[in-house]
Amino acid sequence: MLSLLADSNVTINAQEILKGLGAVGAGIGYGAAAVGPGIGIGIVVGNAITAMARQPEAAGMVRTTMFLGIAFTEALALIGFVVFILLKFT
Amino acid sequence: MHLFASLVFPPIGHLTQWKGILFKGTPIEVNKTVLIMWVSVALVFWLFYTASRRASLVPTGVQNLAEAAIDFVQNGIILQTMGEEGLSFTPFLVAVFGFILVCNIFEIIPFVQFPANARMAFPMFGALMVWVIYNTMGIKEHGFVGYLKSQTVPSGVPKALLLIVIPIEFLSNFILRPFSLAVRLFANELAGHLLLVTFAVLSTTLLTAHAVFLKPISVLPAAMLVALTGFELLVAVLQAFIFTILTGVYIAAATSHEH
Repeated sequence: MLSLLADSNVTINAQEILKGLGAVGAGIGYGAAAVGPGIGIGIVVGNAITAMARQPEAAGMVRTTMFLGIAFTEALALIGFVVFILLKFT
Repeated sequence: MHLFASLVFPPIGHLTQWKGILFKGTPIEVNKTVLIMWVSVALVFWLFYTASRRASLVPTGVQNLAEAAIDFVQNGIILQTMGEEGLSFTPFLVAVFGFILVCNIFEIIPFVQFPANARMAFPMFGALMVWVIYNTMGIKEHGFVGYLKSQTVPSGVPKALLLIVIPIEFLSNFILRPFSLAVRLFANELAGHLLLVTFAVLSTTLLTAHAVFLKPISVLPAAMLVALTGFELLVAVLQAFIFTILTGVYIAAATSHEH
């Protein structure tokens, strides 16, 4: 890539640099946004599995509550995804 | 690389914005998204209308499906969140659940393959509608000031912390709830749609590539596409269920007398 810079035909355009930085920012943004919900969903489902193992009769209620918890934590990851889309495509 | 010259991902506008069919250019433009929503409304209405036309005590045929849906919403959603006095909300929640479910299912139906909730129109309107409803129920139950107090001042908080707790609770209960309700539905559907398009474009590009050694590799994204279609079915049902049960939870929280 450095040889590209040394080439006299390549001009550095400020707009393209901004676009590149925007793409990098979008990628880092979504990557950081996905860490928390990933761990969170792992905790929710892990505890749900423990609960279902301790008391199999309550499995239905635990499963429903687990889905509710997953939807809450996944919403945060998806907000990050929406920000990524907004930065990358507008 | 010239190997992947045709691997061009379409701009996102091509995936979510559709040409107008009627009333082009006006705010009431009719395009694919609007048509999908109309068909969803017609399907849900037809289901419950035909089920109730010759209603028998022992259900058969379509009535079975309608009764199963109503049973599911009543036992799985209303009784779990709002208890007995929430049963009057059954028609509303069944309508919301059915409409969102059918709108989402259109993502995996061939030749349509676009979820109407991948556009922010209904998620935003649905969240606004739920916000108006749970606030109205709360104000009816507690009175305006009483409702604000019950929502922003949790019990057992020392007076000194109230300065911080009240704005946080206000933000969380009145602003973040409708916002997250809308964004959860919208982003889930949009992300699912983008995933399916990505793998479809990838497998088509590999299959029609110039270099022959690339063609058999297209089996891998095609298999992923099939798996993701099944996953999208799960997400469609799950998101409809989550929206409905959160509506129930918010109405129950607004009318509860714990504090």
